Amino acid sequence: MKMTKLSALAMTTALIAPAAFAEDMANELTLVSWGGSYQASQTKAYTEPYMAANPGVKIIWDESSAEAVAKLRAMNEAGNVTWDLVDAVASDSMRLCDEGLAEELDHDADLAAAPDGTPASEDFGDLLVSDCFVPQIVYSTTFGYRTDLVGAEAPTTVCDVFDLAKFPGKRALQKRPIDNMEWALYCDGVAKDDIYDVLGTDEGVARGLAKLDTIKDSVVWWSAGAETPQLLADGEVVMGSTFNGRLFSAIAEQNQPIGMLWDMQSFDLDGRIVPAGLPADRKARVMHFLKFATDTQRLADQAAYISYGPARASSAPLVGKHAELGIDMAPHMPTDPANAGNVHTYDYEWWADNRDDLDAKFQAWLVK
Amino acid sequence: MSDTTQNGPVLAADGTPLKRSLAKALRMQKIRALMLIAPLLLFILVTFILPVGDMLFRSVDNRIVQEVLPTTVSALETWDPASSELPGEAVFAALAVDMKAAAEAKVHTKVAKRLNYENPGLSSVFRKSGRKIKKWDVENEGPYKERLIELNDGWADIELWRTLKTYSGKRTMGYFLNAVDMKLGAEGVTVRPEDERIYNTMLIRTMRMSLIITFSCIMLGYPVAWLLANLSTRSANMLMILVLLPFWTSLLVRTSSWKILLQQQGVINDVLVWIGIVGDDNRLVLINNELGTIIAMTHILLPFMILPMYSVMQTIQPTYLRAAKSLGATNWTAFWRVYFPQSVPGIGAGSILVFILAVGYYITPALVGGTKGTFISNLIAYHISTSGNWGLGAALGAILLAVVLVLYWVYDKIVGIDNVKLG
Repeated sequence: MKMTKLSALAMTTALIAPAAFAEDMANELTLVSWGGSYQASQTKAYTEPYMAANPGVKIIWDESSAEAVAKLRAMNEAGNVTWDLVDAVASDSMRLCDEGLAEELDHDADLAAAPDGTPASEDFGDLLVSDCFVPQIVYSTTFGYRTDLVGAEAPTTVCDVFDLAKFPGKRALQKRPIDNMEWALYCDGVAKDDIYDVLGTDEGVARGLAKLDTIKDSVVWWSAGAETPQLLADGEVVMGSTFNGRLFSAIAEQNQPIGMLWDMQSFDLDGRIVPAGLPADRKARVMHFLKFATDTQRLADQAAYISYGPARASSAPLVGKHAELGIDMAPHMPTDPANAGNVHTYDYEWWADNRDDLDAKFQAWLVK
Repeated sequence: MSDTTQNGPVLAADGTPLKRSLAKALRMQKIRALMLIAPLLLFILVTFILPVGDMLFRSVDNRIVQEVLPTTVSALETWDPASSELPGEAVFAALAVDMKAAAEAKVHTKVAKRLNYENPGLSSVFRKSGRKIKKWDVENEGPYKERLIELNDGWADIELWRTLKTYSGKRTMGYFLNAVDMKLGAEGVTVRPEDERIYNTMLIRTMRMSLIITFSCIMLGYPVAWLLANLSTRSANMLMILVLLPFWTSLLVRTSSWKILLQQQGVINDVLVWIGIVGDDNRLVLINNELGTIIAMTHILLPFMILPMYSVMQTIQPTYLRAAKSLGATNWTAFWRVYFPQSVPGIGAGSILVFILAVGYYITPALVGGTKGTFISNLIAYHISTSGNWGLGAALGAILLAVVLVLYWVYDKIVGIDNVKLG
């Protein structure tokens, strides 16, 4: 009796999920992400379907992606890596890969091919910026403004952020040099193509900081993506930078009087890395999940919950309507032609090399 | 009786000398006492003394350079950093060997990070070169001097080599010097350029603001503690609950509430605009600056001031005041000459508690302090969790610890630690 029950169970599970109950797979998975509406979209698109297909797997979330590099360094030093899959932006993933803290992947073998058979490495294409990185979304850091507080004329270029005479009031900027330095130089008259050449010199850094100095007293610095929408909603700032998906949530889901300023939006990638040196059973589990959660359909599913573009070329045609609001998602994507008129192409490699230098200078400038 | 007091030691009942028997009993007692506190002692050792010791050690630890670049460091021994010539081919060859091994083991970025703290810009030289050198055949592809410089002209910068030579030892004072805005270079210790000096400013700001917060707590807490000690039990209990409720409420909740109250579109500004005290286009800036930190932290730390004061004031006999008045003292004289001196131990205890807590605070300043109202602990947190410069974070922490100990010692000298009472 007992035997038949067991074997029946084994057979059904074998039918549902052939590999899930293999002996050498851990049943716990610790995922690291960014929290908020972004993590919620991941829960809906990736972990809920995965748990439905693999009952018995327990998923633990850790909202530490903003500190992923520092924490992984610490875990590595302590010899106790507790994370299985980490959401990281492109430049962080390059740093982690360089430092040997992330596992190098064979993208074609480890990831699912597109439905038409295109291998993963071609499907992701140029977005595979590092051997350790599996891209997930294309997002942008851009500005939102309070339509009712900016006056009769809405801001049209990113340089309006630096124009206190035309748009008085506070602005929210991210507490880090990335993007802010580029925007400052651009608005100080540096041509778009020369930004990184100028930023690579001491004079260029001083010039960028001097430009930021002109608005420093009117800046509220944020470090979590949810802060700017909150500050905008409270009327504490008239404009502020944040990730476009957060602004989308505030505008479309919460009906806040906020407008999007897409000019010089800074494209970036978010994706996943597997920490180096995981025990075999945990690694087998995470690779199984990774293959599932990066296929064409799953990536397109995420776009039904948040306005970030899927990183696979084959996912783009599958992007449809918002799962709850029923509105078309395409016009809210940073990659939509109407929004991508003047785009700042953020140089991951430059930042991977120079982040430590710039961070130190920026921090010193900040507390002055 | 008399024969036992003859020459020779006094004996106990069992014939052993009394002295030894007593010592044995005492030793047993001591061991028993030690056993009783052993769990706590062990706990403190493992969770407090060892981590603090490890932190202090990190602030001088510099083994990473020798571990990653062993042959380069020994080849550099004969090079004179004061000379204006680059090191010779032997050093570059050693560097190529070390870098290849390091890049394969992916540890070259660690040494890049370490040296970058001292000379910003070195990190990218190591990182960029590491990616290429990994593919080199370092046995027979010389000359390396030209090849490395061709690969990245950062290697032709003599300052890089001076930094490498200066920081090749196993121990360094570099972090501590960094923490006081100085720099150890090839020519010795120098003060950093003006636009890089932040830590002294932050340390002074932390001390100044903690003193202001302590003083505000005394001013606000003293009357409350006096009321608590002198009201009828029933009203005092009610008041006590009002003091304790916020004390038991989560720190984050209280800080976030201050955010809502103090912001420019917040409750306080709204009320002031409604009354007409301030104009709508001229709202007060109460948050994201020093003022915000002082207001929020004074409120949060107030119970730590009130409770010790209250317990001291409770022990002051009301008869003393009555006696003073009956001898002709005015209310003020009776308070100032009789009551206040007796309450000083409570003020002392409260002040030490509040000041030491305030100096190490970081959540509240981070949330309501903007950039002008942050403390040195925010920089320590930044170095530990964001920049990854644990050595500098450790040095800053060690300095903070030393400053608190010195202040404690000064307090002991001036007021006397015996004068501190918690009840």
